[in-house]
Amino acid sequence: MKTLVKIISFIGLGLSIIPAILVFQQSITPDTCKVLMTIGTIMWFTTAPSWMNKTEEERG
Amino acid sequence: MWNKKALVQKLEAVNEYEQEPIPTNKLKGWKSFLGIYAGEHTAGTEFVIGPLFVTHGASAVDLVSGLIVGNILAILCWAFYTGKIAVKTRITLYYQLEKIAGHQFTTIYNLVNAGLFCFLAGAMIAVSATAVGIPFDLAMPQLTDIYPNSIGWIITVFVIGAITTVVAMFGFDQVSKFANVAAPWMIMVFIAAAIASLPRLGVTQVSEFWPVAQEVIWTGIPLEGQSKFTFWHVMFFAWFCNMAMHIGLADMSILRYAKKWTYGFSSATGVFLGHFIAWIASGILYSLFLIESQNSLTFAPGPIAYSAVGIAGAVCVIIAGWTTANPTLYRAGLAIQSINPKWKTWKVTLFVGFITTIAACFPALVMMLLEFVALYGLILMPLGAVIFIDIYVLEKIGLRSNYALVSKSKMNWSAALTWGITLVFCLALNIYGGIEVFFLGLPGWFVAVLVYIVASKINQKRPIVKSPQPVA
Repeated sequence: MKTLVKIISFIGLGLSIIPAILVFQQSITPDTCKVLMTIGTIMWFTTAPSWMNKTEEERG
Repeated sequence: MWNKKALVQKLEAVNEYEQEPIPTNKLKGWKSFLGIYAGEHTAGTEFVIGPLFVTHGASAVDLVSGLIVGNILAILCWAFYTGKIAVKTRITLYYQLEKIAGHQFTTIYNLVNAGLFCFLAGAMIAVSATAVGIPFDLAMPQLTDIYPNSIGWIITVFVIGAITTVVAMFGFDQVSKFANVAAPWMIMVFIAAAIASLPRLGVTQVSEFWPVAQEVIWTGIPLEGQSKFTFWHVMFFAWFCNMAMHIGLADMSILRYAKKWTYGFSSATGVFLGHFIAWIASGILYSLFLIESQNSLTFAPGPIAYSAVGIAGAVCVIIAGWTTANPTLYRAGLAIQSINPKWKTWKVTLFVGFITTIAACFPALVMMLLEFVALYGLILMPLGAVIFIDIYVLEKIGLRSNYALVSKSKMNWSAALTWGITLVFCLALNIYGGIEVFFLGLPGWFVAVLVYIVASKINQKRPIVKSPQPVA
């Protein structure tokens, strides 16, 4: 489960920058980029807090 | 259900070790500092400072080379100066200063310091407000605005100020956790906003970037009414924009939690992500805004980022402002609390947050940020020099360290004179010598060192009584 959450986080992080590169390459439109980056932002902030900032004790 | 008693107990349990060295089991690993520095220096200020280099006509070559050299010098200061002193003492700047300069002096210093922190945090709350106001079609501030331009602006600022204050009330851990989560995402959005804007500037291939950077973005020609920035301006600005934090030793409050002094090098994350990539990115965004708005006077980072990458850009501006305002409020709280250690940290932070929010209502705070940042570092710098000399030099030349503590004095006049004379010297250099505020920190530091040694020689009349060596 923890691995899945991390994967979702990193996909979210990727969606925060890869669409901009695709706009630069003129592969997608700026509007599509904005939608994808919003989705990426939501994915990051809903998942990252659950695995970042864990202490050694909390990790077990 | 909201449990008031439990909340108050939790707030009162926040112990930030303001008046004692950090216990070994409370020291933090390097990852904590990477997050703190990356979050703190990829911040709302970057949305204001990056455009500065565009308006002041820095050329692309001067910008890149100046930032690299200046940033490396800043990192070295954080490690070899702030890191070493913080790990050696493990106490806050404020408590260290009290031992050296006395309670009365520290009270004055802390009030000045807290006021400066409040203004900086206030500016960042205002930057966040430009993004929060987008869905409400809020009238954005202009470069020439001093007073709030609408009731909507004041309400927006107060909402952001309240949230920022509540987070800061829960102490360093909460601030650190929030910065850790936000930092990687923020830098992605900073870079993405710039990359997505490049086609609108005529860059469609990587090879086209540098010619456009030189001819369109950083043209080397300042906007009307702005002074010209050279390599030296950029370099000294990059080095000294956080002078209060490294040479001024404000970051003792943070780095005293470090296991080793070398954690000071973790400032590289903040410096090279925030003060290099983010400044370049925000410069690109502002340049595009100037071209498309035909040199509009509106200065609102929120709508500029929103125009580039939509909601993610606006949220980035909000969070960037927030992650600067939070630790700055925390520092201001520590500064005020050290006046009376019996005051609870959370109550002091609540008070400081209220003052900060009122200050944030005035857009002038953002529009004059550059002058403010330079002045703020300069004002706090002399006391960093005093602490440095007190720890490393005084005993070697037969004088006492922590003179106020050993002489039970409430005011060490050596420190007070050092502060006053150094600032008067810098002011004179500025007024009569025409030296710009960005360059005053370097000569000022040497003057502070000299004045403190001479003043201490005169002030300390009693010789050091050395403690007997233990018999083996």
